Parts: sequence; structure tokens; C-alpha cells
Amino acid sequence: MSYKGQFRVWRGDSDGGSLEDFEVEVNEGEVVLDIIHRLQATQAPDLAVRWNCKAGKCGSCSAEVNGRPRLLCMTRMSLFDTDEVITVTPMRAFSIVRDLVTDVSYNYEKAREVQAFTPPKDLAPGEYRMQQVDVQRSQEFRKCIECFLCQDTCHVVRDHEENKLNFSGPRFLMRIAELEMHPLDTADRRDTAQDDHGLGYCNITKCCTEVCPENIKITDNALIPMKERVAGRRYDPVVWLGNKLFKRGK
Amino acid sequence: MTATDTGVHAPPRARLPVPSLRTDRWWVPPVLTVVGLSIFVIYATFRAFQQDYYWVSEYHYLTPFYSPCMSTGCVEGAAHFGRFLPDNPLIPYAALSLPFLLAFRLTCYYYRKAYYRSFWLSPPACAVPEPHTRYTGETRLPLILQNVHRYFFYAAVLISVINTYDAILAFHSPDGGFGLGLGNIILVANVILLWCYTLSCHSCRHVTGGRLRHFSKHPVRYWLWTKVSVLNTRHMEFAWITIGTLILTDLYVFLVASGAISDPRIIG
Repeated sequence: MSYKGQFRVWRGDSDGGSLEDFEVEVNEGEVVLDIIHRLQATQAPDLAVRWNCKAGKCGSCSAEVNGRPRLLCMTRMSLFDTDEVITVTPMRAFSIVRDLVTDVSYNYEKAREVQAFTPPKDLAPGEYRMQQVDVQRSQEFRKCIECFLCQDTCHVVRDHEENKLNFSGPRFLMRIAELEMHPLDTADRRDTAQDDHGLGYCNITKCCTEVCPENIKITDNALIPMKERVAGRRYDPVVWLGNKLFKRGK
Repeated sequence: MTATDTGVHAPPRARLPVPSLRTDRWWVPPVLTVVGLSIFVIYATFRAFQQDYYWVSEYHYLTPFYSPCMSTGCVEGAAHFGRFLPDNPLIPYAALSLPFLLAFRLTCYYYRKAYYRSFWLSPPACAVPEPHTRYTGETRLPLILQNVHRYFFYAAVLISVINTYDAILAFHSPDGGFGLGLGNIILVANVILLWCYTLSCHSCRHVTGGRLRHFSKHPVRYWLWTKVSVLNTRHMEFAWITIGTLILTDLYVFLVASGAISDPRIIG
């Protein structure tokens, strides 16, 4: 079944822009990215959109559809009524480059600030041995495709540009949790999670989990466990007393 | 700083005419949360201070809102752990447990999400802007105190043990022997669900095994962690179900104690 779908697509750059109306053919089984490509091919050849795999694995085509952060390639047209006007806009937490393309360099800056995997000094690459049961928690977080939809939807930076300086966002707090839970990582990341990456800004409203296209339970399995670890390190008087009495290290 | 130069309207971002383009009914969950939590708070406050109709002496039913009953105003049979709190209209009969239970729910990771979204609108829904121009989250007082949630979890475990004890004592017939009525089924179901809510807590998940780096060295704690993790996926559901069962259980004891209804008996 084909029909003429009604679309509103944001066109513009950092100097300004507007929502422009288009009528585009929609065919059965298509996703929003198919429509954007058809729009480029037939009516707006200069429309800028970032995409790559078209399979929900590269994380390139992140945008907002009807105001919700989504991957364009994983948003089926069958989600919408045939007479519904579908609005496609760029991610609103990041600086605009042009049309549907945003500058996501904030994320790469934050990625660089995370201390790398730190194995024991006497262990050379190739000598790493670990039990599956010890690493399987972290493996959930390795599914991340770095689409940055969680970063886009997190109100800490989406609604407060000034917090970008102090808050790394759910993706990189999840990365810290992944390393903190890793059986061979020797770094203690609890203080840095709180002080340098702004874990305390997270008020666990779970929007990161809601938009994750890989269905990673970011809040329940990464952010809250990390908050609990920080609570044990910083805010638990019994743990503090135990460390003092039994002379346990940090 | 004004609303026009921060957040989604900050100059380097795409300039859209409206704060949110969501077309679904995103406001329904926060409204339902406000209604649900408000009903519970109003009902629980009224009952905690009513100081009447909390004990059915024939069958030894004690409502969880008065457990443990420790005021000198408590009916003798209802006070399983002594009576030493002053009998004052401003002091609930269960003043030693209710503040901890309130704090347990107030600092609960699920309820935090619920009230941050619905009462404080921070944010009201995903990708819907919050109305506040500044945001510091849980980095400073008073919200930094949310980090002591685990202590209220420990208190809640203790109180759940007391609730369990109350439910066992309630298998009582007027002649002094074993008895079973609809009230027992309600009390036991409530206690089971309270345990589910308490043990599904994120702090419980952390202390049982979540804090470990090597599960393989702690097989028992790992096993416990896997069980708590299963419950934890339903924490939100248990949070709401137990609000319902607490009201239902208390209402049932209230109605039986006041003589409005009689307890259908199966045994005794």
C-alpha cells in the first residue's frame, strides 16, 4: 500500500531555519530514513542528513521524530496514521550544523575525559583471563552504538547548556560503570564519577533508558548501581567507619 | 539567564518555534502519578492520625499503618512490643516505623523518578523542557541526602519482619485457637507484596552483590543478586501495587473494626 505522507522537516543552520512542509510517497515497510532519502531524491537535493548503515547499528541517523529522539532508520512509518503530519527535526541538545545534522563533538570530548581501561600493571595484553560471570554485566553496556540519543534526551544538558561543562551524560557515566564493574580494571572510578563527570546531576528519570535503541537498561543497570557505589564511597558512615577500623584502602 | 537563551533555545542549537514537538499525550503519566500519590498521602495521613479502628480484637487483625503500635493509647492486644510513646493526637501510634517507611519510599529510586517528573516537572516527560532555569540535581542539599536510601532500606526490612509477625499473630479465632478469615488472606497478601517491594529495592540489589567486581568469588551473593535483580525489574510495579494493598488492607481492618462489615470466616 502506498500513500502520500505529510512531512514537516526542519531546514536551516546556525543562522536560523524553519519547518518546511513536504508531501512524499510512502510505501509499505518503509522507515522514516527511506522517506528522507526520497525527499532528497525528488524535492530537496540539498537536504543534509547523516546516515550510514540503515540497520540501527552505526548510530548515525539520530534525530527527532514528532519531538521524540529516535533513529530515523529504525522508526517504521507504520507507527503513524496515514493522515498524520510527521515532523522531523535535528537533535535539540546539540549545536546545529545544517538541516538534520548536528555537531556531536561534545560527546567525543566527554569520551576522552574517561580514564581508559586500567588492567593490573603486571598483566600484559594477551594474558587477560576472566570468568564470563564477572564480565556479563558490563557486556550489556557494550551494545551501545553511540547514537547519542540518550545524551540528546537527558534534560540535564538538553535543558541546561551550562551543565555540559560538568556533566558527561548517561552514555559516558555508563562507560564509567562498565569499567568500574570490570573484574580486571584496577582504577577506583567512584570519586571521578561524582566529581568530574557529574553523576550527582542525574535524577534517574530514565529518559535515557526510554530512548535507547539497543534497549540497554542504562538507569537501572549502570547509573543507579554507580550511584550506589558512590554512596558507599562518599555518603555511607558505616562503610567509612569500617574502612577506618579495618584500615581498608579507598 | 532567561528561558530563551538556555536549553533547547540556546543559540547554537536549531531554532524551533516551540519547546516540544511531541504529539502524544505525554502529560497523562505525570497527571496519573500526581493523582495516585496524592490519594495515598491524604489517606495515609488521615489514618495515621485517626488513632481509632486499627485493631480487630476478635481476630487480632492489626492494620500496617499502626504497626508496631507503641503508644500508651494503643489497645493492649495491639501492642506487641510494649507501649511507651506518649498518647498525643499529633503523635501517630506507629511513630517509630512510619517516618522510616515514608523516608524509604521518598528516597526510593522509582519514587524519585515519579515525583521528580510529575511534581517537580524535572522533566515532565522525555524531550519536554522543564520549567526551571537552573538545575543542580542531587549534587547539593537537600537532595544529596537521597544517597542514604540504603539505611531506610535496612529499616524497611526490620519493619517488614514486624508486619510478618503481625500477620502470623492474626491467625486467631475468638475462642483463642487457630482462625482463618478473609482478613488473614488480605494481611498475608499485603505482607508478601511488601517484601517484594522491599527486596526489589536498588539498594538491596547493591548490598546483596551489586557492589562486587568478582561474582565468581562470591557464588552465594551472586545467586542472591540474580534473584534480587529479577525482582528489581518489577520495582515500579511493586511500588504501585503496595500503595494499593496498603490502602486496601488498612481499609478492610478499618471497616471490620468499626463494625461496618463482618469478616467472612473460613476457620474459627
